[in-house]
Amino acid sequence: MGKDTTMIESITILPGKNKLGIAEAFSRIDIYPGEIVGVVGPTGSGKSAFIEDIEQLAQADTSTHRSVLINGCVPDISMRFDPKKKLIAQLSQNMNFLADMTVREFLLLHAKCRGKNMNMVEQVVYHANTLTGEPITEDMNLTVLSGGQSRSLMVADVAFISDSPIVLIDEIENAGIKKHQAMELLSGKGKIILVVTHDPLLALLTGRRLVMKNGGVEKIFNTTDHETDLCVELNRMDSELFRIRERVRLGEEIVA
Amino acid sequence: MKVIVVAGTPGAGKTSVLLNTIKFLKEQQVKIAVAKIDCLYTEDQIRFKKTDVPTMIGLSRDMCPDHYTIYNMGEMVSFAREHTADMLIVETAGLCHRCAPYTTNGLGVCVIDATTGPNTPLKVGPFLSTANVVAITKGDMISQAEREIFRERVMEMNAGCRIIETNGLTGKGTAELAGCFAEAPVFNYSEDHLRHNAPFSICTLCVGEMHIEKKYHRGVLRHINGVQEYKGE
Repeated sequence: MGKDTTMIESITILPGKNKLGIAEAFSRIDIYPGEIVGVVGPTGSGKSAFIEDIEQLAQADTSTHRSVLINGCVPDISMRFDPKKKLIAQLSQNMNFLADMTVREFLLLHAKCRGKNMNMVEQVVYHANTLTGEPITEDMNLTVLSGGQSRSLMVADVAFISDSPIVLIDEIENAGIKKHQAMELLSGKGKIILVVTHDPLLALLTGRRLVMKNGGVEKIFNTTDHETDLCVELNRMDSELFRIRERVRLGEEIVA
Repeated sequence: MKVIVVAGTPGAGKTSVLLNTIKFLKEQQVKIAVAKIDCLYTEDQIRFKKTDVPTMIGLSRDMCPDHYTIYNMGEMVSFAREHTADMLIVETAGLCHRCAPYTTNGLGVCVIDATTGPNTPLKVGPFLSTANVVAITKGDMISQAEREIFRERVMEMNAGCRIIETNGLTGKGTAELAGCFAEAPVFNYSEDHLRHNAPFSICTLCVGEMHIEKKYHRGVLRHINGVQEYKGE
């Protein structure tokens, strides 16, 4: 298919069924480049399954029966499975690597899988280190990395090696890393971003959010002006909290 | 009749993946019989019986489990015929990495656990390299990058296979896998051969015998009804 497979004009999610077998109450959800869409809802409400459907470009063949279209059409089957043609990068909730290899070997192998330039290792490790306080080096084994180091490396890997027009982010706030910087790395210009989150800061940062319940999309909210203003205020409080937390960590006394 | 032979390391998720696939195929009105082979112990028949398909179990005991599977293929096919099944699904014990009980006209399905790490595909041998379909399980437990590397390694070992990412818990990949089962060729007991020879060792299959029909076998042989005998000089 060549060039047209890399040009994304839109993705479309067509409704499936919730866990009770009831059809979802939307006709279609179209998402365009440059948009950030939130996915919110209680644990077990189907947020990760929603993201999964997009990751595998479901064609009514998953447990949710949803379908996903690219540029309004059913995507070519190779786009679903061949990592070299994949348009979707996913940061899942996993906090640890299971592969027994060094950081360098891992990044080289992944770059090969994605058909990317092999000299990105340094860049990825450099950016991973900006997200975590515990230094990561190329010769470390993946399995010894802490949760924060693993997530930072996963973020940098998704940002540079999996670099794709559609990015799916699952609960980045759980990582114990600098979430705003991580979001900035991941959400390049003109990308379609879906972010699963419990964090009001991230949820209100999006343009609209899908509310999940019982495995289905229950509501779709557009972020209001009031919420956008609130987000600015929450961000101010968050930086204040972050500043105090760092001082507590360093063993300082906090004075008003 | 179609014969589907499913192999994979213990705990990879063979039974869970199969239960989803059987449920899906039953909804498509496919008549299925299952044979579950294990070495010393199994209680998977309880799980299969819940799907309401005729299920036969076989324990290989002192015999090599893959040879036992092949040696008893005739009985398993007869069992499936008695139940007027269109499809026999054989779940093997899957312990030995050296051989694979796939036959020329059976569909060979390898179930492999992605959490065992990206070197596993390089280690497991013919049950991966001669499979038609490779079902990767537990991909949700690892990062997308690790999944992609795992997939690449599977391709290195078996470039022509169909890879399906499955999940025994959520049913991911079920429809695709069921589609492969439905497209399997017709099995022929007297003409089918093994795809890959077993190790050169002590039994007739081990020394290169490729016929599956009973009259060709020698050595310590165990029948599916529990009778064990020695055939030879």
